[in-house]
Amino acid sequence: MTEVTMNIWRGDSSGGSFYEYKLERVEGEVVLDVVHRIQATLAPDLACRWNCKAGKCGSCSAEIDGKPSLMCMTRMDTLPNDKITITPMKTFPIIRDLVTDVSFNYVMARQIPPFTPGDPEPDGTYRMQQIDIDRAQEFHKCIECFLCQDVCHVIRDHEVNKLYYAGPRFFVKLASLDMHPLDTVDRRELIRQHLGLGFCNITKCCTEVCPEHIKITDNAIIPLKERVVDSSYDPIAWLGRKIRRKVKYTVEQAYALAPAQVAPTALDRVSATAIDDEGKS
Amino acid sequence: MDVNTKDISTQSFDVLVIGAGGAGLRAAIESRSRGLGTAVICKSLYGKAHTVMAEGGVAAALGNVYSEDNWKVHFRDTVRGGKMLNNWRMAQLHAQEAPDRVLELEAWGALFDRTDDGRILQRDFGGHRYARLAHVGDRTGLEMIRTLQDKATSVGIEVFMEHKILRILTDANGNACGALGYTRPSGQFVLFKAKAIVLATGGIGRSWKYTSNSWESTGDGHALAFSAGADMIDMECVQFHPTGMVWPLSVRGLLVTEGVRGDGGALLNSENQRFMFNYIPEMFRAETAETEEEADRWYDDHASARRTPDLLPRDEVARAINAEVKAGRGSPHGGVFLDIASRRTPEYIKRRLPSMYSQFLELAGVDITREPMEVGPTCHYMMGGVRVDADTAATTVPGLFAAGEVAGGMHGANRLGGNSLSDLIVFGRRAGIGAADYAEGLTGTVEPEVSQATEAASEALSPFSREGGESPYRIHADLQECMQTLVGIIRTETELIQALDEISKLKDRASKVSVQGGREYNPAWNLATDLPSMLAVSEMVARGALDRKESRGGHTRDDYPSPDPEFAKVNLVQRLQDGKHTVQPEPLPEMPDELKALFEDDHAGQAPKEDH
Repeated sequence: MTEVTMNIWRGDSSGGSFYEYKLERVEGEVVLDVVHRIQATLAPDLACRWNCKAGKCGSCSAEIDGKPSLMCMTRMDTLPNDKITITPMKTFPIIRDLVTDVSFNYVMARQIPPFTPGDPEPDGTYRMQQIDIDRAQEFHKCIECFLCQDVCHVIRDHEVNKLYYAGPRFFVKLASLDMHPLDTVDRRELIRQHLGLGFCNITKCCTEVCPEHIKITDNAIIPLKERVVDSSYDPIAWLGRKIRRKVKYTVEQAYALAPAQVAPTALDRVSATAIDDEGKS
Repeated sequence: MDVNTKDISTQSFDVLVIGAGGAGLRAAIESRSRGLGTAVICKSLYGKAHTVMAEGGVAAALGNVYSEDNWKVHFRDTVRGGKMLNNWRMAQLHAQEAPDRVLELEAWGALFDRTDDGRILQRDFGGHRYARLAHVGDRTGLEMIRTLQDKATSVGIEVFMEHKILRILTDANGNACGALGYTRPSGQFVLFKAKAIVLATGGIGRSWKYTSNSWESTGDGHALAFSAGADMIDMECVQFHPTGMVWPLSVRGLLVTEGVRGDGGALLNSENQRFMFNYIPEMFRAETAETEEEADRWYDDHASARRTPDLLPRDEVARAINAEVKAGRGSPHGGVFLDIASRRTPEYIKRRLPSMYSQFLELAGVDITREPMEVGPTCHYMMGGVRVDADTAATTVPGLFAAGEVAGGMHGANRLGGNSLSDLIVFGRRAGIGAADYAEGLTGTVEPEVSQATEAASEALSPFSREGGESPYRIHADLQECMQTLVGIIRTETELIQALDEISKLKDRASKVSVQGGREYNPAWNLATDLPSMLAVSEMVARGALDRKESRGGHTRDDYPSPDPEFAKVNLVQRLQDGKHTVQPEPLPEMPDELKALFEDDHAGQAPKEDH
């Protein structure tokens, strides 16, 4: 029976340090199993998030030996060392130990005008061909683990950019809305002016860490960049839109059509206001 | 440790929804869309609720794949699957309204897999006569929760993430009008005042050792409702899903979707036999295939062939697997084999079952396109729960509503796959309407008794002030061992009595646990506050199981192996009466004759006529 040393960062917003826990290895375990064994035996108050333990909910995100990963989907036998280091996601403020405050993401989600479908068929239902939804379905696989947000240097290394940058998770969201066959809202100016798509310089780090293997950069961000640029700078596309029959809703119209204004919750009211003000200035 | 009101912050809403899975979000959307101030409480982060793990699909008689399908066939399948213990009105509303609720999800942005003519594709599942499950590969729950989450965000619902509710508060007249909880990041107490409260807290699986449920499923809503004085029904009816992973040990219990069998997978024992042909019960014989040839033909042709016994209702399949393993015909790690590799192409498997493919590859090192899976039963779903009025979701406590897994009655003694996701949206919406109507009808202010709040808070903090007590993890592990071995798939009187004895000792131990550290995001303390719910629910399950002296659906008694027609007529109702926990049989609501008629002409393969 071999031993493994888990080197885990522990602390809170005021600071912290690494603690070492030595345990026996058990066949077939994932990192989260070992963290649970530490909780049950050595450190009952070691804080970590988890839910499904099956890679479906995206709660147990952390950095394992420096790589943003889901603890529940990282098998111990895939890690070569006898000492394994776990740290919380760096991009988000620490709450405690491996738990971070990811409310940035929920605030960002509120800045996106909601899905707004066109008219249904006469029988009241919609028709869509599978081939037309394949790409958007790829984006719907997102489990909101926020590992792509964590790894993205635009906000990982530059805190101030959080005011102007939605991050890969929400570019995937925006791309899924843009490519949804039924949606009618034109969000391109919002994306260009307020959600910071231009900051992304396609280093593909987000794609590399995505546990759902969504091709974030190739399939979401690059096509989105092309559409946004087309809408702003291509005179022929501009003319084409002017004479095209079907007019898309503007962002303001989409907000107005939603049953209620997108409203921040008590949890994120303060930061949401900050982002709104900064974003408009 | 005494807590006074200064330590508790207060929030006020018209409608408070406890639970942010499918039912909770759907209820909140309904209430908020009527203009009422609505809050949702999540035990975890927003969008991580257990609904996210639902795989196979949402059952609704849309008739897109088989136009013969209609609500009456769905209703009949549901009640036969539930072994006639279902609340008929709930089963009827569910079958009638599920199609509209699914189409509504589509109008809110959900992208279900499509038929060739561009409509919602439906897949076969256990106990459903026709291919009926709208789905998105094998991640339907994720699609559903994200769609509802986005909708809830757009209508402006207040979301309280990572809050644990400790008690439902009542006013001087016993009406539910508040809840006391704490927020996990800071450990601070919050008192929620509300005119109406919807419980949508989900299941109870964490009391068992092998379960498909996440850490949240500790039966909080069941325990909250019970202690608030609500009636609980059929708490003995717990579903063990036949196919959970069995190896590696660390993922034992993790769900393997019924969609594997719906899409062509077959169960095999160690002798390579399709053993389900030996376990076809009389009730389903007329509509089940007799030969492997017929079963395999059925996948493409429901008209001339009958369904494969691999897709019998879950209780039947779970018992069969249990029996095969006991007879020594199990797989190396104590399950049986589920083979789709030799029956479908790798491309088909990866397209239809992408998360199963990656789950087995990444966690067990098994490529399901090349080799069979090993599977065995896992504690999955609670059919029993809070007794509700079918139309309004009102519980027996005024002001308190319940929807989804926490509510009882809809699924009888056994739930069909796919019926839980439809349950969430049908009764989530109805609970939202029920709670909104109730809240709008109230006059005057809402005044929960503050002493209840301070008492609950003091009780929650008590583990910090005790020295030298046991760790909550230890008690949780012992409870799981107890429920797994003594209140599992097959039950007997002696074991149930032993279980009740152990639960009572565990309750005593739980009242003396100690927790070190602070209140800020302390998982040991969080678990200590979950233990009372788990213990209360475990006791209710064992007491119900002891009193139901028959075998029906998810409840199987070794000492009473057959169904008893007398027990078919009653719910076992548990409640607190003058502080005393009682269990008593009460008659099921009587099904109207026109619905009874649906069960009389049992011609397999023939749908009841649609005249609605």
